[in-house]
Amino acid sequence: MMKNVMQGFLPLTKLLFRKDRIKILIWLVCVTGITFASALAYKDVYKTDADIKGFAITMENPAMQAMLGPGYELEEYTSIAQVFGHELLLFTVIAVAVMNILFVSRATRGDEEEGQMELVMALSVGRLSYIMAAVAEAVTVNLLLALGTGFGLYTLGLEGFTLEGSLLYGALLGGSGLFFAGITALFAQLMETARGATGYSFAVLIASYVIRAVGDAEVEMLSLFSPLGWVSRAYVFVDNHWGPVILFAGAAVILILVSFYLNSVRDLFSGFFRPKRGKIHASPYIKNPLGFVLHQQRMNIIAWALGIFFLSAAFGSIMGELESYFSDLELMQMMFQHDQFSFMEQFSALLMGIMALFGVIPGMICVLGLKGEEKKNRTELIFSRPVSRNTVMATYISAAAVITVIMQLMTALGFWFAGSAVMDEAFTAGDIFRSALVYLPAMWSVIALTTFLTGSVPRFSATVWLYFGFCFLVVYFKETLQMPEWLVNLSVFEHIPEYPLEDITVKPVVILILLAAAVSIAGFFGYNRRDLTG
Amino acid sequence: MSIIEVNKVTKKYGEFTALDQISFSVQEGEVFGFIGPNGAGKSTTIRILLGMLRRNAGDAKIFGMDVWKDAVEIHKRVAYVPGDVSLWPNLTGGEVIDLFLKMSGKGNKKRRDEFIERFQLDPSKKCRTYSKGNRQKVALVAAFSQDADLYIFDEPTSGLDPLMERTFRQSVQEAKDNGKSVFLSSHILSEVEKLCDKVAIIREGKIIEQGTLDELRHLTRSRVTLQTKEKVTGLSEMKGIHQLEEKDGEYTFQVDSEEMDAVMRHISRSGIVKLECMPPTLEDLFIRYYGKHEKAEAPGGRS
Ligand SMILES: Nc1ncnc2c1ncn2[C@@H]1O[C@H](COP(=O)(O)OP(=O)(O)O)[C@@H](O)[C@H]1O
Ligand SMILES: [Mg+2]
Repeated sequence: MMKNVMQGFLPLTKLLFRKDRIKILIWLVCVTGITFASALAYKDVYKTDADIKGFAITMENPAMQAMLGPGYELEEYTSIAQVFGHELLLFTVIAVAVMNILFVSRATRGDEEEGQMELVMALSVGRLSYIMAAVAEAVTVNLLLALGTGFGLYTLGLEGFTLEGSLLYGALLGGSGLFFAGITALFAQLMETARGATGYSFAVLIASYVIRAVGDAEVEMLSLFSPLGWVSRAYVFVDNHWGPVILFAGAAVILILVSFYLNSVRDLFSGFFRPKRGKIHASPYIKNPLGFVLHQQRMNIIAWALGIFFLSAAFGSIMGELESYFSDLELMQMMFQHDQFSFMEQFSALLMGIMALFGVIPGMICVLGLKGEEKKNRTELIFSRPVSRNTVMATYISAAAVITVIMQLMTALGFWFAGSAVMDEAFTAGDIFRSALVYLPAMWSVIALTTFLTGSVPRFSATVWLYFGFCFLVVYFKETLQMPEWLVNLSVFEHIPEYPLEDITVKPVVILILLAAAVSIAGFFGYNRRDLTG
Repeated sequence: MSIIEVNKVTKKYGEFTALDQISFSVQEGEVFGFIGPNGAGKSTTIRILLGMLRRNAGDAKIFGMDVWKDAVEIHKRVAYVPGDVSLWPNLTGGEVIDLFLKMSGKGNKKRRDEFIERFQLDPSKKCRTYSKGNRQKVALVAAFSQDADLYIFDEPTSGLDPLMERTFRQSVQEAKDNGKSVFLSSHILSEVEKLCDKVAIIREGKIIEQGTLDELRHLTRSRVTLQTKEKVTGLSEMKGIHQLEEKDGEYTFQVDSEEMDAVMRHISRSGIVKLECMPPTLEDLFIRYYGKHEKAEAPGGRS
């Protein structure tokens, strides 16, 4: 009987590995690579015991605990291993969970939806072979990850990275990964689409994070209900509890067995929950042109808004400690050479310059989306109706402008939120918002350039990323590489007053806005004259 | 009155001439068929008519207005369905139809629901889950719910099943009965034959023939099946006879329309037992123009 349902299991597993081998390799290399690189980098950043204790003190507040987990007692931070365990473990676990959700959803419901599973099932293959192969793939990948990370970390030979701690660290990654593989296998049975399976699995992941965040900051009990809360309770590199790993493995086995059972009692292509009926009428929000474009861009907006908020918050949270461990670095001294301003002011000015570059990306993606629509033959559905090209282009630019404002607000919010949690004399909110929003004219100039390329020379619209890359290089390297002034001046971002180091003056702001307007108009002109291919 | 007036329009993609001085016109209340094989230039023509592509030379007007300059004005009275409809995957069919009707400005809720019913579309599903035919239905429902004066269809039934094809034909017929004009590009000849008053045939960017169906039939050969009492002599030598075959005393051949009379006189002398004469189908016509293979039995011919 068992033999029967498993027939073809081995060849199927090989097939899945063959199909996914590149993806598996990339994920494994990235996760382990970033882990090892960070561990090595920490050795240089936290040189002395004071540095490490400094870090520990920074982390001792509810905001940081909500973000990264509870950490350890102050006296337990004896080496960079604890700093590493506290700062990196949770987010690496999340990355591994994402990897597992994507892999398992793809190999189960995804293949089923696309008919590959049907092809295979038509051969003499057991009922459970396909899902077993998918699970076997997940088990193998997580095992490789756990052992690779564990032994790898130990082999680096850094202080505090004991064999047991390192192996536990790896096991936590692999264990939690397997747990989310199980969650996804379960949802792949319940839902009828791969999107549904992925969506609900991500929902579990996000809910786990939120529950744990509230738990770690306020009521510790709550964290015990979140798989992400279990991770911190291993106290890796200090107490090294293996309980959480066993918990993960046990839960994963149960989840997988349940999904095997559900798989065996359901028909191919069916699930236990029908996808919910969509709306049969459009809301007024979608029927409004700007609303429609923002709706189409909402994943772009949400993802970047969250990313930027957390990045900015992360920078904000290390503000207090920065001075002590960066001020002696030569590189940093070159970047921060204004004597009359505090290190923090200089740092926040630099940060705003960098964040503005991140913030413009979703705006560029939005405008480039217009070309994407054309490539996908969707603009013909719009332009065959009484809608002018000016209207469409103006809508996309407006959407991009709104997006840049949202992103700058996120930067300011994240910085202010985390900064005021860790610093006694934080900047005023007004200062922070001003220094973020003053970058808008430069961002709009980049949006205008994107508009121009999309409108006039769509074949080359992607070259706007070259200009973007150039602006990035200028921010980072203008001092260290001693770039000539004319070159630096080619970046629109360099013309924005670096508040609070410089006063906000009207002239550059107005000039950049006029420039953006002129370049955009050229884009409209081109768009009105050119062929639309679809 | 001419609804569409195209005069010597040329379109080049770089060096490649996609349309070479094409001219035709569509009158009010007419269903105009535009046929040609893939890559002939049908979609290019339609996109010029829709003001999406700029013509290199010639004149093109709809409702007497320039298709490029007055596109927005013209489109208030035009409904268009592309051949390969791609929709926004994260919206439902119902949402997309509403969106289209809002853009067109002439939405009619009652007609919308009526056509959703007629085309048996489930408007609650996300477009990502629709098949090609269902995506086409979404565009068709939006087009027919719109009170347009001119309907432009680019191979509209390529993804529909036969039942839905019939619904489509009925809807076009109704539009015509209401005095609307229709421009229908297709390579499905039976569809064009059933619907169209006038036809233009395009090949490699040139219009090679146009006129009413009757006029075009005139140019073509009828297919004849014949049984006689006595053996018919001299058929193969006659002018205008093609693809003659004889089997068990039954003759099949094709005959040029202008030689029909002479042929009939000739065969009647041999004592006709059975005579079937089939009018030419567009298929025949098509094959004659495009034909790499001159086959006696064109596929899908009438019976
Ligand atoms: N954007 C384009 N660039 C270059 N050639 C094109 C483009 N669009 C269409 N063509 C060419 O023009 C010809 C006519 O295409 P099209 O109008 O789509 O044909 P049909 O709709 O009749 O199948 C084809 O040879 C096609 O390859
Ligand atoms: Mg075409």
